[in-house]
Amino acid sequence: MELKRLTISSLHNRIARGEVKAADVCRAALDRIERLSELNAFITVRADAAMARADEIDHAAERGDKLPPLAGAVIAIKDNMVMRGVRTTAGSRILFNYKPPYTATAVDRLETAGAIIVGKTNLDEFAMGSSTENSAYGPVRNPWDTTRVPGGSSGGSAVAVASGMAMGALGSDTGGSIRQPASLSGVVGLKPTYGRVSRYGLIAFGSSLDQIGPFANSVEDAARILGVIAGHDPNDSTSSNVEVDDYVKSISSDVSGLRVGVPREYYGEGLDVEVKGKVEASIMKLQEMGAEIIDISLPHTEYAIPVYYLIATAEASANLARYDGVRYGYRAEEASTLKAMYSRTRDQGFGAEVKRRIMLGTYALSAGYYDQYYGKSQKVRSLIEGDFRNAFAKCDVIVTPTAPTPAFKLGEKTADPLEMYLSDIYTITANLAGVPGLSMPCGLSSSGLPIGLQLIGKHFDEATLLRTAHNLEQALGADFTPPPVM
Amino acid sequence: MRDKYEAVIGLEIHAQLKTDSKIFCGCSTRFGDEPNSNTCPVCLGLPGALPVMNRRVIEMAARAALALNLNINHESIFSRKNYFYPDLPKGYQISQYDQPFSERGWVEIPTSERNESGHATEWQTKRFGITRLHLEEDAGKSLHEGMPDASKSYVDLNRSGVPLAEIVSEPDFRSSWEAYDYMQYLRRTLLYVGVCDGNMEEGSLRCDANVSVRVRGAEKFGTKVELKNLNSFKFLQKALEYEIDRQIAAVEAGEKIPQETRLWNERESKTYAMRSKEEAHDYRYFPEPDLPPLITAEELIQKLRAELPELPEARRRRFVEEYELSFEDAAQLTDSRGMADYFEEVVRPSGNAKAAANWILNELTRELKSAGIDIAHSPLSALQLAEMIKLIDSGGISGKMAKDVLIRMYQSGRPAEEVVREIGGSQVSDEASIRAFVDQAIQSNPRQLEQYRGGKTGLFGFFVGQVMKLSGGRANPQVVNEVLKNALEG
Repeated sequence: MELKRLTISSLHNRIARGEVKAADVCRAALDRIERLSELNAFITVRADAAMARADEIDHAAERGDKLPPLAGAVIAIKDNMVMRGVRTTAGSRILFNYKPPYTATAVDRLETAGAIIVGKTNLDEFAMGSSTENSAYGPVRNPWDTTRVPGGSSGGSAVAVASGMAMGALGSDTGGSIRQPASLSGVVGLKPTYGRVSRYGLIAFGSSLDQIGPFANSVEDAARILGVIAGHDPNDSTSSNVEVDDYVKSISSDVSGLRVGVPREYYGEGLDVEVKGKVEASIMKLQEMGAEIIDISLPHTEYAIPVYYLIATAEASANLARYDGVRYGYRAEEASTLKAMYSRTRDQGFGAEVKRRIMLGTYALSAGYYDQYYGKSQKVRSLIEGDFRNAFAKCDVIVTPTAPTPAFKLGEKTADPLEMYLSDIYTITANLAGVPGLSMPCGLSSSGLPIGLQLIGKHFDEATLLRTAHNLEQALGADFTPPPVM
Repeated sequence: MRDKYEAVIGLEIHAQLKTDSKIFCGCSTRFGDEPNSNTCPVCLGLPGALPVMNRRVIEMAARAALALNLNINHESIFSRKNYFYPDLPKGYQISQYDQPFSERGWVEIPTSERNESGHATEWQTKRFGITRLHLEEDAGKSLHEGMPDASKSYVDLNRSGVPLAEIVSEPDFRSSWEAYDYMQYLRRTLLYVGVCDGNMEEGSLRCDANVSVRVRGAEKFGTKVELKNLNSFKFLQKALEYEIDRQIAAVEAGEKIPQETRLWNERESKTYAMRSKEEAHDYRYFPEPDLPPLITAEELIQKLRAELPELPEARRRRFVEEYELSFEDAAQLTDSRGMADYFEEVVRPSGNAKAAANWILNELTRELKSAGIDIAHSPLSALQLAEMIKLIDSGGISGKMAKDVLIRMYQSGRPAEEVVREIGGSQVSDEASIRAFVDQAIQSNPRQLEQYRGGKTGLFGFFVGQVMKLSGGRANPQVVNEVLKNALEG
């Protein structure tokens, strides 16, 4: 059995009819995880718990119970979402032994909907990175070319789905951490509107930017997962009361008359020619299907990276203060004073990129610098939001590349953080504006690496994103299964 | 030398709001439970947990703000105050900075210096400004004493997330007693509006002070010193007094006062430097991204304003005017809302405010105090006390008898009439009976009668005493006076 050949919706029906056993699907996933362990996609695999859950679903099917919407779907969870009793590391040494006493709302909703949570996936430490090389548990490798990175920070989740270890996965996206690895790994990845999915139980990085979203092999499966995890949560004051659309139903409409905005700022310097070519070809396809292509401008795009790195790091500097060795996680033992315990714990517990960002954020909030950095960033953030408001007066959806290049080599950008930060140049604006963004594969490069296209929508209009993506996916008709690994 | 200088004092008061559950989670706020038993992922600051505002906190804070004449902001913002401490589980405290819950309030209250024996010298009404009242979460508590391993530090997070109102005054106090009177008034007001239990020992009301001195008449403030650990009214007043003297002595000696935080040490009656300005935290406040702005609806404010009880100072003034009470009596009677309510419940049926005040402030207070009972739970009800007062006023019992009656009523909970009957009937007021006692008293004391009639009228009291004795204390003194006078001068 190959998970890449299954869809969540078909699986549901086949399990209900008794044609397929959830246990077989789960075993296939576990075998695949085991066989491709070199990709290092998982930090924790829940083999026994997952099999037990699969058996429950099979029993329910045998009894003829009505099966929940994700029954038997094997799902992987980025290891920055807590699950009761399951080690949750956030890719950091500082949480190497942390077992949370509660479960994140999004994960809880998946389990209630019948999903089998197969394990916790590798990530850049505290979701800080664009290559999944900043993990205390080693880097994740790209199944399309194991000398290359899968993107990040949700690299483990992207790879789990791309290589058939899971049918879907949850990631988190603060500046592109779902969409960019989806692009580099050849899967669908969706960052919903800020507030669409509860953040309760998501280990915070940049609280005003973080959002949980799905990875899947098809737009329809992504829609199915989103439908389950979206909606208001009384435990997250920033989660929205806006009604959740029927995403699966919405994808079946066509795109004729759809106004597709193409922002000129996203096609300039730094964009790989092959990426540009594939994205433009997809835009042509949309036009052929009856969409109207509109030239638009998002004039404050050039400020997105500096603004993002001030806001996200400022929030992170506070969010990561709780890892002090006092109550849980790693504690440096040799310290004799409180201050020494704090500094040694944090020095030994955090990796280099995390420390860099904590220092940057601390600086941005310091007395005398606040107005100049954090204050100003908030103002520019409003301007970027304004850009999208203006653009969406003219169009329904925006099309851009997801990342400037296909997957890069391991170690290629680790020496230069600024170079690494630039790989999120097209994804960061959606987080700053709070709007939804989706990445889907739209072709392969000449060297056989997947290329991703990004669709950006209006607040809470995931339905239009999914509809556009589904139409394009059908029109492109390509198979994005990576070649056999090793 | 002290007259040359003037102290400038501002107070920062933290009041725990007495909600059942914490400000950002559903955990209980009960004091004294097993350490860390009232905790959850939110108040433990576990990874991924998020705060959710407890709506009851808003109501309580609004009641406090309205009682202190503060303007409540329609929209207020929570901020993160960043610092590391083992009792602060998130590494930041959710507080308010820009756009606090309420701003620009005041109180107008009587205040007085005290003489050597601690008595007020001259009450004057003064107005003190209140800068702001904002909301925040309390931190946990570090435990040291009585723990199993003395080489270790322990942390109890039951208090983490208990709602606090921080009430910051303007630097309007010019003496330790002004600060003391303000703090007393603030506590009384918070108790009146039912938002804080005011217990300084358990830490539900805490106080820090900023103190500086300057030459009287100078415009510029001196360098301010922050005083901490002022956890009783006495400590607050003593520490301020000590600190003012210390600063004046330093200035006189030509020293510069460093800007620092000092701790009051009660055992030594001194303040000690804790940290200098350079060591002070940079709290790096920024808006809390996990909480939307706090909206306080105008309708809620109007509703709460309408429901606000009469506040202690207004009530004290009314008691003086309406019941013609002395300043001291009115102040004592309005010290707690329960006492003031009780008083008015006695006055209404008895119609005798003076008597009500006397009985409550003396006998009843003494009994309640020795039993440790709050007046709200007095075994002697206001109505019973009113009946007793009516009995005195109608001549049914003497004041002297009444003291005994009150104690018996207090102990038994039985009505006045019943108690009076039990202890041997009520007062004797009929002339015939009293004349019998008078005649007997005169006949038994011929020598004194002669002396009296010879002009030593001071012996009148002696005869009254004899009559009272013969009557077993039951003779109505007024009637005794009349009958005796006639008989002696007869």
